[in-house]
Amino acid sequence: MLVLMLPAILVVFTLLVVPMGWLFWQSLYAEGGFSLEHYRRIFSEGIYWNTFALTFRISFIVTLLALLMGYPVAYAASILPQRWAMLVLALVILPFWTSVLVRAYAWLILLQRSGVVNQTLMASGITDAPLPLVHNELGTIIATVHILLPFMVLPLYATMQKIPYDLMQAGASLGGSPLHVFLRVFLPLSMSGVLAGMTLVFVLCLGFYITPELMGGGRTVMASMLVSRNIQLYSDWGAASAVSVVLLVCVLAIFYVVGRLISLEKILGAK
Amino acid sequence: MNHKLSLGRILFIGYVVLVLLFLILPVLIVVPMSFSDSRFLSFPPSSYSLRWYEAFFGHAGWMSAARTSLIVACATALIATPIGVAAAYAINASSHWIMRYLKIVLLLPLIVPVIIVAAGVFFIYALSGMLHTIPGLIMADVMLALPYVVTAVTAGLHGFDKTQEMVARSLGMNRFRSFMTVTLPQIKPSVLTGAIFAFIQALDETMVALFISGGRNQPLTVRMFTALRDEIDPTIAAISTLLTAGSFALVMMMVLARKQTPA
Repeated sequence: MLVLMLPAILVVFTLLVVPMGWLFWQSLYAEGGFSLEHYRRIFSEGIYWNTFALTFRISFIVTLLALLMGYPVAYAASILPQRWAMLVLALVILPFWTSVLVRAYAWLILLQRSGVVNQTLMASGITDAPLPLVHNELGTIIATVHILLPFMVLPLYATMQKIPYDLMQAGASLGGSPLHVFLRVFLPLSMSGVLAGMTLVFVLCLGFYITPELMGGGRTVMASMLVSRNIQLYSDWGAASAVSVVLLVCVLAIFYVVGRLISLEKILGAK
Repeated sequence: MNHKLSLGRILFIGYVVLVLLFLILPVLIVVPMSFSDSRFLSFPPSSYSLRWYEAFFGHAGWMSAARTSLIVACATALIATPIGVAAAYAINASSHWIMRYLKIVLLLPLIVPVIIVAAGVFFIYALSGMLHTIPGLIMADVMLALPYVVTAVTAGLHGFDKTQEMVARSLGMNRFRSFMTVTLPQIKPSVLTGAIFAFIQALDETMVALFISGGRNQPLTVRMFTALRDEIDPTIAAISTLLTAGSFALVMMMVLARKQTPA
């Protein structure tokens, strides 16, 4: 059986595990020997702190927004009749299968100064001048929520679908109002899906590159952009690998902690 | 009480519809933009034409990028699918403790932030002279596609009754033949799903390609990324429409393939 595993393992090993080991070693190597110099630098220089703070802030905001938007959609899909549920899911999955670049392009059109959103806002008198909706943090957050929302809805739906409808009826027959039954029965039972969705969205957002690069207008620098710039602009593998290791440790720590509560497959299942 | 409930319901439905519009409108808006006659991205377009499709199909640079992408995506699906099926079969058939860890290794490309994957592959390719090559792009995409194939096929094998294959073997077929004639036809939908996942993932991959591709071997996504960063060229809308239509067709294929599975 191991022979059948070999080709797949070999590919992942040479192209991922080995270079990750090398990055780790590189992050601890400076001036011809073992050194924590790169870590000292990224933890003492303002730009690195700011970047990590921004990355975490954006990830928190995006995760929260995705939960607020995704939960009702998943809930609707789980209680609607089959036909309508399929339509809701199709509307979630179609953007999921659309290239990230296509969606970034769409948002650039929608949010630009003379874009549809600004035109509508001005026509309805909400604002007099076009609002800066893109080439900044706001534009990055809007497009990122759009890209990651399906990653929230799909695990939520998978969990909610398994909640027996009988339980809700039992709650109602015992005299609970719909809201009460939802809060006391449905919501607690959907928590593993909430956890899976939030973990997936948060972790994916931590490593986002394409969207902030295109929507952020060069000012919204997230952690992965630091890695890329250090390699491509400065050929500074020491700093790049130290940032990579910190990012990776954050991601693995989150997966480890959440993995104690729910299975890894459940988190990654929707991806 | 009843009145209050229905108001809450209306608000709930309204909210869900708004979120769904938020999801779908940006994907759809690209379609009319691609038929615009103007360089400017006003919406709705003042007049319509096919000029951005002509700009795409008539430009040697875009065409060579599209060709690279298609070659890479097909090769990725062709390589990742058998390797992934073999691995999924091993995971399913063996109860050895090491399988649990090997399975996690195969999921790593999904877990590790893609920027780190990109930096790592870039380093390995720089050492081995694989930078800016098509085989380099293909192998990187195979690695990234493996978790999808393995997950899809493992799920398919999970619902398959192993004893059928044992019967075939007890009747004298070897393991490979019994897999090919008994098991594979029955897990075909999940294998096809895995292959389509691998294809789409390779077609869509941008981050790693940004690091390792170059010169004549740039895939479509890298060209699009550069074009989007520098200036908003409406040709992108035409390409976007084609890509969206393509992935929509593939998803439909996948849904149909799933429907064929006996319940």
